[in-house]
Amino acid sequence: MRIRTERDSCIASGACVLEAPQVFDQDEDGVVVLLAESPAPEVAESARNAMMACPAAVITIDEDA
Amino acid sequence: MADPRHILVVGGSAAGLSTAEALRRFGFDGALTVLEAEAGGPYDRPPLSKQVLDGSWAPERAALFPADRLARIGLRHLTGVRAVSLDRRRRVVGTDVAGDIGYDELVIATGVAPRRLPGDRLPGVHVLRTMADALRLREDLLRGGRLLVVGAGFVGLEVAASARRLGVPVTVVDPDPRPLAGRLGPAVAGRLLRLHAEHGVQLRPGAGVRRITSSAGRADGLDLGDGTHLAGSAVLVAVGCRPMVDWLAGSGLDVTDGVRCDARCQAAPGVWAVGDVARWHHDGFGRPMRIEHRQHATEQAQAVARNILGAGVAFTPTPYFWTDHFDVRVQVAGFVPAGATLRPVEGNIADGRFVALAEHGGRVAGVVAWNSAKAFTAHRRLVPAFAAASAPSRPGYGDEERT
Repeated sequence: MRIRTERDSCIASGACVLEAPQVFDQDEDGVVVLLAESPAPEVAESARNAMMACPAAVITIDEDA
Repeated sequence: MADPRHILVVGGSAAGLSTAEALRRFGFDGALTVLEAEAGGPYDRPPLSKQVLDGSWAPERAALFPADRLARIGLRHLTGVRAVSLDRRRRVVGTDVAGDIGYDELVIATGVAPRRLPGDRLPGVHVLRTMADALRLREDLLRGGRLLVVGAGFVGLEVAASARRLGVPVTVVDPDPRPLAGRLGPAVAGRLLRLHAEHGVQLRPGAGVRRITSSAGRADGLDLGDGTHLAGSAVLVAVGCRPMVDWLAGSGLDVTDGVRCDARCQAAPGVWAVGDVARWHHDGFGRPMRIEHRQHATEQAQAVARNILGAGVAFTPTPYFWTDHFDVRVQVAGFVPAGATLRPVEGNIADGRFVALAEHGGRVAGVVAWNSAKAFTAHRRLVPAFAAASAPSRPGYGDEERT
């Protein structure tokens, strides 16, 4: 699994942090910060939840990478 | 139905497409069809009143999903096709140009449409719901002249801010003497209105509109209830939305202010509703609710997908929205009722950034943040999943906003 985020379009909802705090954080303006580009298997499902929860669809997950 | 073969989603915007994606993620491998009345690719609505209108984004950037993400869902995506009827007995949806489409499970995701004013169907008068609406309004703003906004809700004020960014003079009228007080609390609502005034927006709270005036077949102003006439070259009507349920007349479903659903978002056997159009029973608040927020569409989509596949779980979200004005982002989770006490937990209400808890009836009813998105996330966890005593009986969801 490989995660990408599009920070320019992030609206700082924090939905990703609520779903997957091991994978995502926010900078002081609330914009997404990717903590783990290829997260551990035990938090992969929470990363998928975050992708689905993001209201601006700025999280992309490549499952094959 | 335990093992549906064909799931039909009517409405291909955020709620409908998120439901389709979630169905796949949760293991549905049968046939999946999404009908969308608009032609063209799906787009996200929050940028329409902001980045699309002020031109900081090209329209393509507001695409709802990256194209490859949409393609991976694996669905029959029928765009430019409008549902016109529902026969629940035969499990068939009638369409305008694609004939009848059968289903095993139906998801209603047709959203809402702007409310209109009498006499507002003339050149120079706008509503804002679709990409086409946004581009038409932008074109008019670029011609210059004053924009008159009817409705000081979130959409009306976001458009006012975008218009000011373009250098367009703006007047906003609203019959409510305290606009948004029921959504943000009087203190934060007052601050937001002052922010607009500081940026040159002329505000006329407490002013009702008697009629839209015109000359040579084009809108040229507003007659207000107090006898004042405001001149302008474009009018935006932003007075809330109504659910798109006309096509369900005769279906036997209760479509009073949205598609009435149970706590699991099911309207009837084989029929579900999601997003702006759904009025489902929130078990936490103990009453039906209908929510027009972007985040809600995504969250309810997950719940509906799980429940179609048999989870049987009540959907009890804490509402969340954001709204952007000039250089300020306001975020709310839960509710900030007009009678709530605001207790700052970061900064103060008069500061450039703050987070405050809205306490009402002895509970935390909500949290509101002003340019403090990171701190907001930390405090959002303090809002209980629901706070029944604090929820407005009809929490303003007739108000327009889609942010």
